[in-house]
Amino acid sequence: MKSLFTSQQLQITIERLAQQLLENHLDFSETVIIGMQPRGVYLSNRIHSKLKELLPGIHIPYGKLDITFYRDDFNTSPELHIAQETDISFSLENKKVILIDDVLYTGRTIRAGLEALLDFGRPEMVELLVLINRRFSRELPIQPDYVGMMVDAVDAQKVKVLWKEKDKKDEVIML
Amino acid sequence: MSLSVKHLLGIKDLTPADINLILSTADNFKDVLQRPIKKVPTLRDTTIVNLFYENSTRTRISFELAEKRLSADTINFTASGSSVSKGETLIDTVNNILSMKVDMVVMRHSASGAPHFLSRHINASIINAGDGTNEHPTQALLDAFSIREKLGDLKGKKIALFGDILHSRVALSNIYLLTKMDAEVIVCGPPTLIPKHIEKMGVQVSYDVKKTLAWCDVANVLRIQLERQSKPLFSTLREYSLYYGINKAMLESIKKDILIMHPGPINRGVELNSDVADSKKSIILDQVQNGVAVRMAVLYLLAGKKEEA
Repeated sequence: MKSLFTSQQLQITIERLAQQLLENHLDFSETVIIGMQPRGVYLSNRIHSKLKELLPGIHIPYGKLDITFYRDDFNTSPELHIAQETDISFSLENKKVILIDDVLYTGRTIRAGLEALLDFGRPEMVELLVLINRRFSRELPIQPDYVGMMVDAVDAQKVKVLWKEKDKKDEVIML
Repeated sequence: MSLSVKHLLGIKDLTPADINLILSTADNFKDVLQRPIKKVPTLRDTTIVNLFYENSTRTRISFELAEKRLSADTINFTASGSSVSKGETLIDTVNNILSMKVDMVVMRHSASGAPHFLSRHINASIINAGDGTNEHPTQALLDAFSIREKLGDLKGKKIALFGDILHSRVALSNIYLLTKMDAEVIVCGPPTLIPKHIEKMGVQVSYDVKKTLAWCDVANVLRIQLERQSKPLFSTLREYSLYYGINKAMLESIKKDILIMHPGPINRGVELNSDVADSKKSIILDQVQNGVAVRMAVLYLLAGKKEEA
């Protein structure tokens, strides 16, 4: 096991990602944030509260998206996936959507996420923010707009983001 | 995590964990049904046949909608107008349909045990949509889902089943489910419509409608099934309604808020008066709405069930 990110580095990176979003979206008047269930939500929670700190008094719509029913491996996957809650209480019609996940790997989760998003309206644009980009593992032409850290790992290796809320500490590890 | 069964033949075969998994998956599908686009692509390469050897309105429409909301392809088969009238057997009919690459079977039949028999002869997953006087598992699941939605949990809740317990597959499935989930159950009706030894299933028996109403949190009123009664079990419908029908005055006299359920179709003025069926206490239309989400959950969990290696 190798540690890629300590708790402090993680904090600094999240701060930077929030600042980058601010730079591109300024007042967030037409922008919404969507976190991907299950583990992208920990990151989107942090980013959303960081943005609230940076933009006091401004309401940034925030939702959570589960892609279980949109997967492309329903018949081939060895296990049945159990859905988590999807909570998007606003329309995405003509909004700028920032989709947030922890690790970008094959790109298949994001593909499913894009399909799921369209069921909530037609966004003006969708951007992708990830904490970890495993850049040599893509199976679909999907690239992130905001990246916390680039990681080069072979398929046999597993990159996992640990969160204090769930795993008792903040850390990014490679197994 | 997945279901412990390959078919949904009855609640009898399910574990409490299976029931909880179906209900929590149904929560997710109920959420899908509230969206502007009420459809997910999950079962787009699955074909499902709805085999109805007996009449149905709600269950058939509900299953068909659930299948369509999951993007499955569906075929509807009703016994009348088919080769069944030429004498084709059940297994032959089903095998012919399955040979056209159909993956799952939803079946209603007037003979108890018909889906169980079929499950021993074919490979596809079978969902029982009501077999004779045996079980109607998806109805019990949607009843449980509706109770859970209103009261939070099933454990320790007092549920009364009223009416034709003897012929009701809804009653049997509800009794299995509610006792597995640790709810308290009373069955109430005329002695001729309550099966002997039913106490052995873990329920109590009452012949007093008013006392039972005062006891329960939920009254699930069942239909008098005249089509299954080969000999007279009570003198007239009027007499039945007088002694066992539920009306507004009766509910007001118990001074307690209870939920009124009915699996439909209602015999208005027999087991349930219109002033109760259409009142605020009635969650009959919520039951129907929840039926689609619950059936989506069952279809999803069975279609995704992997063969044990």
